[in-house]
Amino acid sequence: MSTAKQRFTQRFTLAAIAGLALAAASQAALAQPRTDLVVGMALEPPHLDPTAGAAGAIKEVTYANLFEPLLRVDGEGKLVPGLAERWTVSEDGLTYRFTLRPNARFHDGTAADSADVKFTLDRARAAESVNAQKAYFAPIAKVETPDPQTVVVTLSRPDGLFLFHMASGDAAIVAPESAPTNKQKPVGTGPFKFDRWVAGDRVVLVRNPDYDGAKPKLDRVTFRFVSDPAAQVAALKAGDIDAFTLFSTYEALPEFRNDPKFTVTVGSTEGETLLSTNNARKPFDDVRVRRAMAHAIDRKTLIEGVLYGNGVAIGSHFPPHREGYVDLTGMYPYDPAKAKALLAEAGYPNGFDTTLRLPPPPYARRGGELVAAMLAEAGIRVKIEPVEWAAWLEKTFKGKDYDLTMIAHTEPLDIDIYARPDYYFNYKSERFNALNEELNRSQDAGRRNALYGEQQKILAEDAVNGFLFMLPSVTVQKAGLTGMWVNRPVQANDITGAAWK
Amino acid sequence: MLAFLLRRLVSLIVTVWLATIVVFTVLQLVPGDPALLMLGVNAQPDTLAALRSQMGLDQPILTRYLDWAGGLARGDLGVSLTYARPVAELVAERLTVTLPLALLSLAISTVLALPLGLYAAARRGRGGDWAVLGFAQLGVSMPSFWIAILLILLFSLTLHWFPAGGFPGWDAGIGPALHALVLPALALAVPEAAILARVTRTAVLDTLGEDHVRTARAKGVGRTAVLLRHALPNALIPVATVLGLQISFLVAGAVVVENVFTLPGLGRLLYQAIGQRDLIVVQGVVVLLALFVVAVSALVDIACALADPRPKGVSS
Repeated sequence: MSTAKQRFTQRFTLAAIAGLALAAASQAALAQPRTDLVVGMALEPPHLDPTAGAAGAIKEVTYANLFEPLLRVDGEGKLVPGLAERWTVSEDGLTYRFTLRPNARFHDGTAADSADVKFTLDRARAAESVNAQKAYFAPIAKVETPDPQTVVVTLSRPDGLFLFHMASGDAAIVAPESAPTNKQKPVGTGPFKFDRWVAGDRVVLVRNPDYDGAKPKLDRVTFRFVSDPAAQVAALKAGDIDAFTLFSTYEALPEFRNDPKFTVTVGSTEGETLLSTNNARKPFDDVRVRRAMAHAIDRKTLIEGVLYGNGVAIGSHFPPHREGYVDLTGMYPYDPAKAKALLAEAGYPNGFDTTLRLPPPPYARRGGELVAAMLAEAGIRVKIEPVEWAAWLEKTFKGKDYDLTMIAHTEPLDIDIYARPDYYFNYKSERFNALNEELNRSQDAGRRNALYGEQQKILAEDAVNGFLFMLPSVTVQKAGLTGMWVNRPVQANDITGAAWK
Repeated sequence: MLAFLLRRLVSLIVTVWLATIVVFTVLQLVPGDPALLMLGVNAQPDTLAALRSQMGLDQPILTRYLDWAGGLARGDLGVSLTYARPVAELVAERLTVTLPLALLSLAISTVLALPLGLYAAARRGRGGDWAVLGFAQLGVSMPSFWIAILLILLFSLTLHWFPAGGFPGWDAGIGPALHALVLPALALAVPEAAILARVTRTAVLDTLGEDHVRTARAKGVGRTAVLLRHALPNALIPVATVLGLQISFLVAGAVVVENVFTLPGLGRLLYQAIGQRDLIVVQGVVVLLALFVVAVSALVDIACALADPRPKGVSS
C-alpha cells in the first residue's frame, strides 16, 4: 500500500518537474525574439544583378540589403550615405567628390575602394553596357580616383538628379572580379550577403558578419515569391510568410485589419497611375477632348473600386509626398455634363469610338473597366483590349500604336519623361521642355521645387494624360515586426532596419 | 516485334522534330521583345541593340532555328535569356520538384483507384459500388485547382498541418521537402484516381464475363481468387493505357497545381518563361514535354503489345 503510494508520489513529482522544465523552456523561447524573417513578394527576380535589368523585383531583393550604391534613399525618400560616407558638389554643379567608407569590403573579402566605383560607373556608361538606366550615367565625362577612398566624378553638363540617380539600384557598386557572376551569385558590400536561391521559390540572405556599418538585427531573411493572390493570402494566414510587401489583393485587407495577429500599413509609392493618352492621334490631339475625359473620370469612385479606398488621387504627374508637389486634383471636377459639352465643342456631339489597351496588373484590368464605364457616360465608347506585359511594351510603349492605355509609372521623380521627344505619350511642349532644362541646371532645392510646380501645372492644363491615383504601398505583416518601410520612395525592400519586438 | 519497335522509334523522332518547328515558328509570331522586357521603359535604343546582339536576337530567324535545333540534337538546350543559365540546368533543377510531385500523385492515385475499382466491381450494383461511382463522379467533376484550394483551407489555414505553398528545396532535408509536396500531390491525385477507379471497375467487369474466368469459376475457384488472379491481370491493359494518358495529364495539371501552391516546378518555369518572353526556355521545355508525352505513349503501346501479343498476329 505504502509502496504504491510512494510510486504515485514519485511519478507525480517527476511529471510536475518535467512540466515545469517544459514551461521554462518555452518561456525562454518566448523571451528570445526571433532573428529570422520571411518576406513575401509577388514576382521573382529573373536574376540578382541590379545593374543589369529593369525588373523591379531585382532591386526589391538586393537594394541596400546586398548591394550599396554611393548614396542610398531611405524610407522617407531622403538621400543618406551609402558606400560613400560623405560627398560635396562644386558650385557649377559639374564636379562631385565622394569619400568612401574606409573599411568597406565586398562579401568575398576584397576591399571596396575607389577603383571599384570607377569600374562600376565606367561599365554602366560603356558602349556595350546593358544597364537598364544607362541614361543616368550619360552626363558623366570622367571618373577619377586620387586615392583609394576618394572618387571625383566630372559631368559634361549639369544634372539636377545626378545624386538621386547615383542612389538607385542601377548604380550599385560592384567589383570587377564578381561583376560577371553577380546575376547568380551576387557579391556586394551590404549588411546582408547571399546565401542560396531555390529557383522559382525563394532567395535567402544571411547577415554579413564583416559589415563595417550598423549591423542588422536579423540574421536571416528569406524572400519568397508568391504570384497568385489567393496563395498570398493563404501563405500569410498559414504563417508561412511574415510580411508581404506591395500587397495588391486589396479586398483581403479588412480581414487582416480585423485580425490582431496582423498589422497593415498603407504608404505611398512613386507609382503615378495614368490613363495614358496618345496625344498625337485623333481625337486626342485636341486638348478639349482630353479635358473632357478628365471631367468624365470620377477618381474617388475609381480609388474605391480599384484600391478599396487605399490610395490618393493625383491631378498631375507628381507624388503628393514629395517636396514640390502642387495639388491640382480640383482642376477637373467630376462633371459628365461638362465633359459632353467639351466634346461637342471639339466636334464630337455624339462622342466617338476608341480602344483602351490594358496590361495585366489588377489595377489596370479592374481600373480599365471602370474608366471605360465612366467615359461611356460622357459618350465615349471604349473597347477594352487586355494584353500581356511583353505585348504591351512592344506595341504600346515602343510602337506607340494605341489610343488609350492604363499604367502606373513607378520610376521615382520621372516627370522629365514628358520632355522626351520620343516618349509614347507623343506629347510636345516648348514651355515644359524649357523648364526641364532649367531644372537640370539648378541645384537650389527651393528653385527646383518651384520648377517642378510649374511643370505639374502645364501637364494638368494640357490634360496630357488622365491623372488618376498613386499606387499605394501596402504591407501586411505579423504583429511585432518593426522597421519595415511604410512608403516606397524607390523600388526596394530595405530590411536592414527590420526587427522583432 | 523488332519492326514494331523500329516503327515506334521513327515516329517518335519525327513527332519531336515537327514539334521543334511548330514551337519555334509559333514563338516567332508572338509579340514581345525579350530584350525590351528586360530593360524596361527607360531603355535606350543603343542599350537595346547591345542586349539584343548579346542574346543573339539580331540573327536571322533561320540561323536561330538551326542554331537551336542543332544544339538540341547534341543535347544542348541553350542558355536562358532572363536567368543567364543553361536551360538544361534550369530544367533539371525544376524536375526535382515536378518529378517527385508527379510520381507521388501517381502513386496516390493508383493506390486509391485500383482497390476502389476492384471493390466496386465485386459489389456491382450494390451500395459499395454506388459509393465508389459517386466518389468517382465527384472527383472527375472537381478540377485540381479547386481541390487544391479546399486542401489549403482545411490542412494549412485551419489545422496548420501543412504549409500553404512553397518549396524549401531538397537540401533543406527530405522531411520538409516531402511535407511541402503532400497537399499538391493529393490535389493532383484525386481527379486522376476517380477516372482510374472507374476504368478499373469497367475493365474488371468486362473480364469477369470472359470464358476463362467462367471456366475458373466453374472449377470452383473462390470469388476473391477469381478477382485477383484472373480478372485483374487481364483488366490491367486498359488500366495501363489510361495510366499512360494520365501521366501526360499530370504534367499539364502540374502547371496549374504548381501555380496554386507556388511550387518551383517545370510547369511554373514554363509559365514564368512565357511571361518573360524567355523563348529559349519555352522552346526547350515544350520540346522536352512533347518528347516525354510521345515516349510515354510509345512505352505504353510497347507494354500492351508485350502483355497481349494478339494484335500483331504473332500467336494463333
